[in-house]
Amino acid sequence: MSTIAERVPVRPEEHPIAPYIRMDRMPHIWCPTCGIGTVVKCYAKALEQAAVDLDKAVIVSGIGCTGRVAGYMKLDGFHTTHGRAIPFATGLKLGRPELLVTVFSGDGDLVGIGGNHFIHAARRNMDLLVILVNNFIYAMTGGQNAPTTPLSARSSTMPFGNFERPFNLPHLAASCGATYVARWTCLHLRQLTKAFREAIGRKGFRFIEVITPCATLYARLNKLGTGLNLMQFYHDSAEIRHGADTREVDIAFQERIVCGKFLDEERPTFLEMMHEHYRKMLGDRYVPTPPSGGMIRG
Amino acid sequence: MKADPAGVLSGVHYLDGDFACGEGAMAAGCRFVAGYPITPSTEVVERIARRFPLMGGTFIQMEDELASMAAVVGASWTGTKSMTVTSGPGFSLMMENIGLATMMETPCVVVNVQRGGPSTGLPTMVGQADMMQARWGSHGDYEVIALCPQSPQETFDLTVDAFNLSERYRVPVLMMMDECVGHMTEKVVIPPADGIEVAPRALTSVPPEQFLPYRVNGRLVPEFARAGDGYRFHTTGLTHDERGYPVMSVECQQLCVSRLVQKIRGSADDIVRFEDTDTEGAEVVVVAYGITARVARMAIELARRKGVKVGFLRLIAVWPFPEKRVRDLARRVKAFVVPEINLGQIVLEVERCAGGGAGAIAVPHAGGSVHDPEAIVEAIVRAAR
Repeated sequence: MSTIAERVPVRPEEHPIAPYIRMDRMPHIWCPTCGIGTVVKCYAKALEQAAVDLDKAVIVSGIGCTGRVAGYMKLDGFHTTHGRAIPFATGLKLGRPELLVTVFSGDGDLVGIGGNHFIHAARRNMDLLVILVNNFIYAMTGGQNAPTTPLSARSSTMPFGNFERPFNLPHLAASCGATYVARWTCLHLRQLTKAFREAIGRKGFRFIEVITPCATLYARLNKLGTGLNLMQFYHDSAEIRHGADTREVDIAFQERIVCGKFLDEERPTFLEMMHEHYRKMLGDRYVPTPPSGGMIRG
Repeated sequence: MKADPAGVLSGVHYLDGDFACGEGAMAAGCRFVAGYPITPSTEVVERIARRFPLMGGTFIQMEDELASMAAVVGASWTGTKSMTVTSGPGFSLMMENIGLATMMETPCVVVNVQRGGPSTGLPTMVGQADMMQARWGSHGDYEVIALCPQSPQETFDLTVDAFNLSERYRVPVLMMMDECVGHMTEKVVIPPADGIEVAPRALTSVPPEQFLPYRVNGRLVPEFARAGDGYRFHTTGLTHDERGYPVMSVECQQLCVSRLVQKIRGSADDIVRFEDTDTEGAEVVVVAYGITARVARMAIELARRKGVKVGFLRLIAVWPFPEKRVRDLARRVKAFVVPEINLGQIVLEVERCAGGGAGAIAVPHAGGSVHDPEAIVEAIVRAAR
């Protein structure tokens, strides 16, 4: 690793992603060497590179450390209930179809308490970009076991090590019907930014898992050093295999992490299926919800 | 403003309460419904699913009631009037995001066609035992509005009213129907669109750079910015300040929560809805709502034949409760008689407001059918003694 020779002071508003962030809410609540910040930065860069109309981009989070992202991005941002970011986002998308709707939340939120919504939104190919930050643990509440905690890893509720099989998330998403599936670690800045940018340009249920270190709980409970050590470890353990069979990308404790773009295919989305079907069945009688929304003006 | 004609099925119809509820929603301008099938409410969304594609509405059957309610809150933030429909077990699951809707101040309507409980209870048979759940079911302090129609016609009218109230106060409005009203078929007159007054979403006129999503003026109800209009606002279920930003402090909690409560309590005079019949000079007043109000009417008739002076207070809005009216009556009558299809819920509220000034006699019923009018008559006669 290179070291920083000299720290050049930068005023907050000069930060490259300042236009995308609620700078009036800085400093954020995340711990030093938490990985969520770099994921946010990559997402902001992707919005910039994809020249997204920010007025039409909305972000929805559930509860947890990553759940705070919706409050830091300078977009219409919804910090909702635990596990319900996906159905809330579904309502936003169907209520105003022209919106670019991103769900940005953690593993416990999206596939623990929110697992049912995750699989159904994927099944419907709902037009949502779902960014799942996986730190292998419930961090906000103090390090409890998650549906992603690798076998044998310690958590505060599995003090002798986890004996429950975790989810293989890319496989879960792909088998339920997601049309874009990728995984990166939070140190794969270029690849991650590119994946976000690419997924922004696609439609349907797009799923990107980002592996991040939790310094305060996961690293400490498992004696894995600092967050920075862990971030580096994840990056170095990454095995990039684009197009890998998602059945083979499960994550074992402190072993290789298969990264890459596993799936990128086009399939009609929920809205496309709905419009096409109603047009076929109802012809000219079909009146879709306008892209600008179902609000009726006087 | 006047109703959008696309959603108004003007004319004289023969409809059940569930269909009338669906028609009321569409007439009110509802254009998003998310729901999960549950007896005895499903006909509401079946009606809507058939008609929405013809008027620019979107119906989606979600994976459960947690998702249905979450989707409704999300859709409402696009300015689209939104509703979900359920019965007891689903109502329990919706409590989580009804709380979110109150905290984010999201206009929406939740219909509960009540059946017998607890748990799976009596899926196809009537109950009125979710009345306290409507008031207190989600955690924390909050206020909602709950309406109780007694007929398909009133279901249509009150569903329009429910949407208007939810827009005016930015609060979930609960349509607390019951299985009998939901499944009874009667004449329903739907006026022409220009005869139906609907409240538009009150969009802010403040420009984005000056806009604060939870700043209020005298009315305690903030102005609305919808997602996608360039306001780039934030909203959260956490305790928040007028910027919508989370603030974890005693002071902010006090401001935030007391306003949510006060915007309803302070406007109770505008919101309470009741029908007061022959209470002048009455010695006993029957208090009832929903289908039980219609059974009570017969009981009142029978009691009068026995020479008892009986008045009738029919609750149309149960929450907020018409405290003033009940307090006032309590000074003049011997007792209230409160039949309801539960083992004693709203009677407690009557008793509280009566404050010992008059008795409150419950006529409980565990559910599955309406009361035998004789049971109510007996209570009236007892109350008059």
